[in-house]
Amino acid sequence: MTSSVDTDAERAPSRAAPAPPPPHAPRLTWRQRLSVADAKWSPYLYVAPFFVVFGVVGLFPLLYTAYLSLFDRELLDLEGTWVGIANYVTLLGDAQFWNALVNTISIFLLSTIPQIIVAIAIAALLNTRLRAPTGWRVGVLLPYVASLVALGIIFANLFGPNYGLVNGVLEMLGFERIDWQANRFASHVAIAVMVNWRWTGYNALIVLAAMKAIPNEMHEAAVIDGAGAVRRFFSITLPLLRPTLIFVVITSTIGGLQIFTEPKLFDAMPGSNNGGSSGQFQTVTLYMYQTAFETQNLGYASAIAWVLFLIIIVIAVANFLLTRRIASSGVAEDGAR
Amino acid sequence: MLAGAIALVAAAGLTACGDDGGSAGSGSDGGQIELTIGTFTEFGYEDLLKEYEDLNPNIKITHHKTGQGGPYHQQLLTKLAANSGLEDVVAIEEGHLPDVLDKPHLFNNLADIGPSDVKPERWLDWKYEAGTAKDGTWVGYGTDIGPLAMCYRKDLLEAAGLPSDPEAVKPLFESWESYFEAGDTYVEKTGKAWFDSTSQIFNAMQNQLDVGYVDEDNKLTLESNQDIRDNWDQVTAAGNRGQTAKLVAFSPEWNNGFKQGAFATKTCPSWMLGVVKEQAGPENAGKWAVTDAFPGGGGNWGGSFLAVPKQSQHPKEAAELAAWLTAPEQQIKAFQKTGNFPSQVDALEEPQLLDFTNDYFGNVKVGTLFAAQAQKVEKAQFKGPGDGKIQENATSPALQAVEKGKSPEDGWEQAVEAAKRIAG
Repeated sequence: MTSSVDTDAERAPSRAAPAPPPPHAPRLTWRQRLSVADAKWSPYLYVAPFFVVFGVVGLFPLLYTAYLSLFDRELLDLEGTWVGIANYVTLLGDAQFWNALVNTISIFLLSTIPQIIVAIAIAALLNTRLRAPTGWRVGVLLPYVASLVALGIIFANLFGPNYGLVNGVLEMLGFERIDWQANRFASHVAIAVMVNWRWTGYNALIVLAAMKAIPNEMHEAAVIDGAGAVRRFFSITLPLLRPTLIFVVITSTIGGLQIFTEPKLFDAMPGSNNGGSSGQFQTVTLYMYQTAFETQNLGYASAIAWVLFLIIIVIAVANFLLTRRIASSGVAEDGAR
Repeated sequence: MLAGAIALVAAAGLTACGDDGGSAGSGSDGGQIELTIGTFTEFGYEDLLKEYEDLNPNIKITHHKTGQGGPYHQQLLTKLAANSGLEDVVAIEEGHLPDVLDKPHLFNNLADIGPSDVKPERWLDWKYEAGTAKDGTWVGYGTDIGPLAMCYRKDLLEAAGLPSDPEAVKPLFESWESYFEAGDTYVEKTGKAWFDSTSQIFNAMQNQLDVGYVDEDNKLTLESNQDIRDNWDQVTAAGNRGQTAKLVAFSPEWNNGFKQGAFATKTCPSWMLGVVKEQAGPENAGKWAVTDAFPGGGGNWGGSFLAVPKQSQHPKEAAELAAWLTAPEQQIKAFQKTGNFPSQVDALEEPQLLDFTNDYFGNVKVGTLFAAQAQKVEKAQFKGPGDGKIQENATSPALQAVEKGKSPEDGWEQAVEAAKRIAG
């Protein structure tokens, strides 16, 4: 029954065909054209939601911020005054901005460098034979799961200058008390500790996953060549971690330069965006936030946002090149031998 | 017959409104009106709003409550800027009011749209003045206030050989000179701090001046007003003589300071009693006292207003609600619930308020005490836009920096520079 219908349908076009020869290429049926279009355009349709959402909440704000940075506009003004690049010119001479930038870079270095070294070390330890490996892996991730606000409050308490636990311990050990709030460098260290506490375990797990992907044969071959554990780590593990390390370094650069919650919560004055009594730990994002929503100078805040954006790109690229060099030097050595 | 027809029409009207009862603002005559009100922390309005709905069956109220004042006011300003999204009645805290009073055109003038029987005389003069813009627009009805008194540790004053009885202690808190003098004696005898932080003292002194940090021409007064500089010198000098405990107000360390007895006196608005009780804890019960004296006369710290933004679709009804909530009878109920001290003249004479005692402070009649302190405030200080921000982000941090070793001169320069940035 079905087959007879099918043959009829097949025959129908061939009967009609001989009469006029087709002028161009054989015409596609509507259904065929639809299927060609489907194959050609559907993938774009499927990825479109991401780009639409990105355009609305990512690209548009980015461009609008750039536009806004050319105006002098207060929050309650409905329209701004065009000032061109004046905001950027002011920014270059703004001592508070440079102070915030130095703070940001200092906190960034104090957090990122130890964090990545310790993360690799932890990953190497987790990569050895351990009992209950999942338990340990979850363990290092726990600080990441804890609420950032709760952490901030606890650390601000620990580093309290008068009644904080850290100073109590220092005093017990015979050291001098440190004013973790007022001393510029000490405050950076305290904030970096907070950041490291939260992110080291997370990065360790990423590095661990990359370590697991290194083929065992390479280690076995090295063992046969007589390489010790340390030698194998520096000549095999580290070079092969390169792509992962680049990823980790770049994400921590982006995160580290945008550091906001930790210094905000660290300030003794609740809710303050001052970053300490003399801005000793005010970061660029804190300054930007303060300018936008406290001083209510939206145009200037937008200029700060864009300058920060450019700085992050520059430092991320520099880190990318640096990491590639450091990690590849091991490979080059290997190749030479 | 006619009556029957009217009843029928009315019934039809009611059913029609019943259909869209949930949606906003279905209109005027006889229909249901939906009002929204925005408050922060605790205003004690929950039961009152229900009561108002019962009294006015055609009004339905939605209450938007925000936990913290900071984010609430930030939202308020953002929504004012966006010209949409605000409630019909919004609460505004004293510290944030100057920014709003600078843009009176964004609010309805309560003198025009409010019920005609609600007169400025309902409030203490200075509270009414504080809610009025310089162009005369009456922006906010006053809700509560924070009259200032002095809290002190009886046992610590006794130990230093100072008077500690609430009456005998008053001369110490007569003027700022006598206050700092007593502080010197205390420091000498005990080696401990007299007050919690220089900024807490400086803010109280600053509030007693006629004009705040920004004057009526929106000019910064910090450099032109010698009184501010004198206060600065007086406070930082006392701090450098060991009178300050160098604790940042409301920080965890400050909270701890109450427990440790790190300081002997505290500037105390009415709502501070609760803070003292909570932070000093039961182990210090009976040690704290409060007296109705304050250096340099009286003062106020805190309190809020209810305003009706221009965005409101039902300004008249919103003003009626705000007027009802800020009537003495209602504010007394809110006081009983939350302890927010009422700003209405009649409420300050209510026995429920006057007989109110506080057991943590030795069963003293705090209602009577703070009502007396409220009357001592002479006039509202003029505060230009940015006043609160200058206090929080310019002078207070600079005073902290001085406490941590900066010279008073350098600290002053830091404050002036920061204030200039804020004032723009």
